[in-house]
Amino acid sequence: MADDDIVLSELSDDDLVAQMHDDLYDGLKEEVEEGTNILIERGWEPYNVLTRALVEAMRVVGDDFRDGILFVPEVLLSAKAMKGGMAILRPLLAETGAPKLGKMVIGTVKGDIHDIGQNLVGMMMEGAGFEVFNLGINNSVEDYLAALEEHRPDILGMSALLTTTMPYMKVVIDTLKDKGMRDDYIVLVGGAPLNEEFADAIGADAYCRDAAVAVETAQEFIRRRHNQPASA
Amino acid sequence: MATPAFAETGQDRTEPEPESAAVLIIACGALAREIDAITVANGLDHISLTCLPAILHNRPEKIPDAVRQAIHEGRRRGFERIAIAYADCGTGGYLDRVCEEEKVTRIAGPHCYAFYSGTDDFLARGEADMETFFLTDFLARQFEAFVIEPLGLDRHPELRDEYFGNYKRLVYLAQVEDAALEAKARAAADRLGLAFEKRVTGYGDLADFVRGV
Repeated sequence: MADDDIVLSELSDDDLVAQMHDDLYDGLKEEVEEGTNILIERGWEPYNVLTRALVEAMRVVGDDFRDGILFVPEVLLSAKAMKGGMAILRPLLAETGAPKLGKMVIGTVKGDIHDIGQNLVGMMMEGAGFEVFNLGINNSVEDYLAALEEHRPDILGMSALLTTTMPYMKVVIDTLKDKGMRDDYIVLVGGAPLNEEFADAIGADAYCRDAAVAVETAQEFIRRRHNQPASA
Repeated sequence: MATPAFAETGQDRTEPEPESAAVLIIACGALAREIDAITVANGLDHISLTCLPAILHNRPEKIPDAVRQAIHEGRRRGFERIAIAYADCGTGGYLDRVCEEEKVTRIAGPHCYAFYSGTDDFLARGEADMETFFLTDFLARQFEAFVIEPLGLDRHPELRDEYFGNYKRLVYLAQVEDAALEAKARAAADRLGLAFEKRVTGYGDLADFVRGV
């Protein structure tokens, strides 16, 4: 129950979705899970629950984080709430063949164990319709190459929090170039000490300052890729 | 001389007009006590100290502009020689660009854990310290204000493992031997669910930097 005075199951669909937006914003995981289950029981397509109830709420969280209204702890609580809802939806989405925009492999680079940002990106990308393979932390070139070989993604995402570890992204990109594989992937990079200039310098396709930008950037690159003639 | 406690919060030491040999060190507030101690111990009376708020570390993108403003303010006060006691501190090289443009020197190193440990030695340890969360004397003293509260762990302790789940140990880099600070550092490790280790570093490369400006 979201509140002593509110019984989620008694709300209309529109009111329930609005309440779920509030609950996700407030990081109320159990309420978000309850709302997700109610919408599914009412016959909603899992994809609609994902996009209209969860992703839309998380988009507002992302905007307010960008604008300095919310801070990291609040975003993490919202993310935990969204994860709760997604855990319910994931198997249902697989069953119903929800649309997929593309595939992404993502991981923090060698020497870096800070995965909060990349986990947020992975979750938002999944919510936006990407199939995400999260390699976790401390990935060597070999780890990335093995994942690219196994999953054949459209996008490679690399994350670093430390000034000392971010140069490793260039090691990965240079290896892709050496192997003639660089142009097979859209390479997106992110992390607190990074910037666009760094992304350009190491040969990434784009720097993404937060999860929302990562999603928008990925969508844009996928769109461009689909607009290319087959022979290009 | 203002107390270090003032300097940690970003207030300036009250200074007379600089003489020609005077040097202004613009420092992170987290280094205020330590720089004070080095200058006093070495009789470096020609050094003046201005500190920016240590909490800027939570918004490192604001550090380069804040340092640039402090440099301009220092020049306005008449200082010709200015040195920057900031590591890169997550500014992604922007602080170095400011230093280059303003023609001032900066202590080498990616962060204060490195220069306290000796930057070369610290970087050489590499993966051995990958799963380590570091505290300095300053952070041990200010653990609540600079770690717990900004991460929201006072309000949401359940987020602890979101932040620290990938860490294995807390290493307390002690600048001075202080039983009370060590106890605080141990308590911090317990609170974060991490093993505790203490390394006595002294002031490391910071001492050479201050003596050399």
